[in-house]
Amino acid sequence: MENILLPMIVAAFVAASASLLGSFAILKRMALVGDALSHVALPGMALALLFRFNPFIGAVAFLFVTVVGIWVVEYRSSLSLDTIVGVFFTASLAAGALVMPEHDLIEALFGNITELTLSESVFSIALSVFLIGLILSIYKKLALNMVSEEIAQSIGIRNRMLEFVYLLSFALAVALGIRFVGALLMGSLVIIPAASAKNVARSLRSFMAASVVFGVLAASAGIYVSHLYSMTPGPIFIMISSAIFLATLIIRQVRRPLGRAS
Amino acid sequence: MKVLTVKNLNVEFGGTRVIEDLNLEVEQGEVLAIIGPNGAGKTVLIKSLIGIIPHRGEITWAPGVKTGYVPQRMDIETDIPLTVKEFFRLRGRQATDAKIAETLEFVQLAPDILKKGFGEISVGQRQRVLVAWAVLGAPDVLIFDEPTADIDIAGQESIYKMLYNLQKNIGLTVILVSHDLNVVYKHAQTVLCLNKKNLCFGAPKEVLSSEQILALYGGEGAFFHHRHET
Repeated sequence: MENILLPMIVAAFVAASASLLGSFAILKRMALVGDALSHVALPGMALALLFRFNPFIGAVAFLFVTVVGIWVVEYRSSLSLDTIVGVFFTASLAAGALVMPEHDLIEALFGNITELTLSESVFSIALSVFLIGLILSIYKKLALNMVSEEIAQSIGIRNRMLEFVYLLSFALAVALGIRFVGALLMGSLVIIPAASAKNVARSLRSFMAASVVFGVLAASAGIYVSHLYSMTPGPIFIMISSAIFLATLIIRQVRRPLGRAS
Repeated sequence: MKVLTVKNLNVEFGGTRVIEDLNLEVEQGEVLAIIGPNGAGKTVLIKSLIGIIPHRGEITWAPGVKTGYVPQRMDIETDIPLTVKEFFRLRGRQATDAKIAETLEFVQLAPDILKKGFGEISVGQRQRVLVAWAVLGAPDVLIFDEPTADIDIAGQESIYKMLYNLQKNIGLTVILVSHDLNVVYKHAQTVLCLNKKNLCFGAPKEVLSSEQILALYGGEGAFFHHRHET
């Protein structure tokens, strides 16, 4: 048990920050952007492995450039973000898969948190705590920005700056989570807990809280189950997450019968 | 005292002029109604006034003037996880329980609305919540964009009555986009007829001749069968 305790704790923190960020991605209706964004990390990790530096740095560098790109596209051009995401991001997943040394590919795509060193674990927890603190300190502004950019701007909130900070945090959370669930499944770490929370929460606070609880629950259970049956934790996490989603969906349907659903 | 002076305002979108050389002034405590056909630039003007649209020309608010803004419409999912009370709280520390209760009274909403979901309440109720939200910031000037869009006739009348009371009781200056000439005659001290340019500006009874209205709306009766643009 002691050799999975640390990965469990790391996974719980990483999932907590990812699902908190995810709750705003759901509010902003940018779930797919978040999913595709995680693919961009792959070529960065591949280059890092080729040139023998830390894959986390490679992932962060590529994500950073992409986030700046998204931000610029949103404000400076009339191109549809969806189109760019659809083409460019999957292309980078393909490029990453080609460049990546073959024996590292599976781990990069599906993650493996149990192989983290102690210093990596401590760093992951610290960065997660930082991200959670950051989001909690700006969540009211974020929520207002997502309800109405115009109202937010009318009371002096700098929307562009806010969105940039959010995207950067998102990129960091993705880079963190990739060790856990891999580039292919990272989007689910961010989105599924928040999507499940939205099924059952009516207030913003309970929505954020439920998202974090579902994420942490699925992450630690995922590590535990994968250890029991010696399987890769990433896919197990996603399966448990999806089960939680299904359960919340049923609760939602029971609460509001079809006739009232809108 | 003038709260707002606009000089030579020009707004362009992708090479198309939406507002051309507009000049106007707003006195403290008055109600200014902006009227004009669809696509005349009413919403653009309002957004320029609060500084959320890039523009050329001068928009000068009197020193220290605070504005509260109620947008034309909001695109909100019915199941958005946000209660009305939380929506008020997004304003920050100003939004104390007592303050919220006080502003709800201004807009004639029962306190039990606070527990409801922000996406569940009716469009009319949400409009009032938005007014209350704006009033909570203790503005000197309240800016309404088409407050009656999507609301039925009875709802329209009462929201104007409420606006009028706000203007009378807390001495607010009100700038509003209106579709209803009766409202303009009854409550506005000044009217601006807008169709890209300032076509008329002054007291409604003086400047709103039937020829003027015909010229403004193109004489096709579009005004009376107003359909809201989406």
